[in-house]
Amino acid sequence: MLLLVLAAILGIALGISWLCVYLVHLGERLPATRRFIDFAVPLLFGVMLITEWELVTRGFGVPEILLPAPSVILVAAANALPTLWEDVVQTFVKSVLSGYVVGCGLGFLAALIINRSGFLKRGLLPLGNFVSALPIVGVAPIAVMWFGFDWQSKAAVIVLMTFFPMLVNTEAGLAAAGHMERDLMRTYAATWGDEMRRLRLPAAWPFIFNALKINSTLALIGAIVAEFFGAPTYGVGFRISTEMGRMNTAMVWAEIGVAAILGSTFYGVIALFERRVTFWHPSVRKGQR
Amino acid sequence: MTKPSFFRDSVVPVLTVIAAIVVLWYVAALFMNHSTVVAEAQLKGLAFTPSATWYRSWALDKPLLPAPHQIVAELWRSTAGLAITSKRSLVYHGWVTLSATLLGFLLGTLFGILLAIGIVHQKVMDKSLMPWIIASQTVPILAVAPMLIVVLNAIGISGLLPKALISTYLSFFPVVVGMVKGLRSPEAIHLDLMRTYNADDFKVFTKLRWPASVPYLFASLKVGIAISLIGAIVGELPTGAAAGLGARLLSGSYYGQTIQIWAALFAAAFLAGLLVLVVGWSERLVMRLMGARPERRAA
Repeated sequence: MLLLVLAAILGIALGISWLCVYLVHLGERLPATRRFIDFAVPLLFGVMLITEWELVTRGFGVPEILLPAPSVILVAAANALPTLWEDVVQTFVKSVLSGYVVGCGLGFLAALIINRSGFLKRGLLPLGNFVSALPIVGVAPIAVMWFGFDWQSKAAVIVLMTFFPMLVNTEAGLAAAGHMERDLMRTYAATWGDEMRRLRLPAAWPFIFNALKINSTLALIGAIVAEFFGAPTYGVGFRISTEMGRMNTAMVWAEIGVAAILGSTFYGVIALFERRVTFWHPSVRKGQR
Repeated sequence: MTKPSFFRDSVVPVLTVIAAIVVLWYVAALFMNHSTVVAEAQLKGLAFTPSATWYRSWALDKPLLPAPHQIVAELWRSTAGLAITSKRSLVYHGWVTLSATLLGFLLGTLFGILLAIGIVHQKVMDKSLMPWIIASQTVPILAVAPMLIVVLNAIGISGLLPKALISTYLSFFPVVVGMVKGLRSPEAIHLDLMRTYNADDFKVFTKLRWPASVPYLFASLKVGIAISLIGAIVGELPTGAAAGLGARLLSGSYYGQTIQIWAALFAAAFLAGLLVLVVGWSERLVMRLMGARPERRAA
């Protein structure tokens, strides 16, 4: 029996790997199929991972506490849909979105203000760079103490986490417009507002989107970790820590799966907007690769 | 134009901003701790004069916001004032966190470099792995940290390794992305030149790709080391507050020891700054040894 499982595991791994190799080579010979293949190969790889996971956990009887099979996780998730939804509303809609909007907005405004003063720029930017490297999630216990158990404390942590990446990136973006273009604006006698709207901000968009993307992941991490320090009786982070205490690992994995989907969707939506707004940028333009 | 001066253009603005933050901090402590002081005064049946209230709000045992000098005093007491083997010494806890960080960082860097080499040389790996590597980072992976710790604990792996694994997972990503970019950074002319020399893949790698990727590697390492530290600290949260800076944070939050929390936070910030500095220094050293001119900034 064990041998059979082992053979199946190896067979599937080899089979799918071979298929991937074949498809990639096919794509090199037939450029028309490349779009499809760029999509199919990672998908196949993902399918392989999940099948192998299922086979290993079932075949070798891995205890559920260590690693539940994907099917077990799916069943657990399907049985707990209302709970999962409640957690998503608490963690994502209330904490993450509010904290993210406020944090990114404040960082952007601060960058605009600082941009007008060379002294503040020189004083705050090194600090901003330094703070970006700090483990800011650590302020979670303090935030819980100040703002209570509910979503306000999580939002506060997220504001702090997202503020500095936004500040530093926007600042870099505002400095990205070339000297020639800035001189041109001067010859037009453009006001500060005109120069911002027509030259500096458009040039800064790629940097700002970079910060928005970094922050989307940071915000979700901040909310979940902050919930480890105290939360009302719902929320993704709260559920993960309590279900782990009850050794209900299938539910923990279900929550992680939900968090993963949320994180990727959040990131994907921002990337989509980025393509719309910065369509002129070399990394978005077609025909560059 | 006056000549640029390091002192006037960097030190003075940064110090001014820091001074402003400290002053704001004292003012904030005054307001935030006011109600605690008033409650204390009522409890003891005392009537504080305004100046006594001020002084008291900067000297509480469990203030809502400790004043900067209280944090410095706590830092000094728990580093220099205690034997470093003591369970309450921040040096001891810092070392626990630091060792997990460094081990995880080392593993993550090695793993990341190996993956990047594979991705650059094997088209199949590029197509099948790269989307998943990127997707893996949109997942709030720190959420898995406590589970990983508990699970590994259940099968008898505890202590340093589980925390280091979280740091590994977090730090391998910037290294992979940066190194893939770096190993592909040699220009077509250079690659063609290697072809005219009849160099094989290995020679191209050691003589061209690897040296070209070093600036990218260091840029990734700076991100990686910072994120490794975060991983190690979060990894310490579920271990029941045994040891490490994360454990200090957690026990501080259980017992309302705000000064202890802030001291642990500052220790973590200090560690982060130190680690980034060390990476920066080694970058400058390596670049100099490789013959780069000091004023040229790597892209």
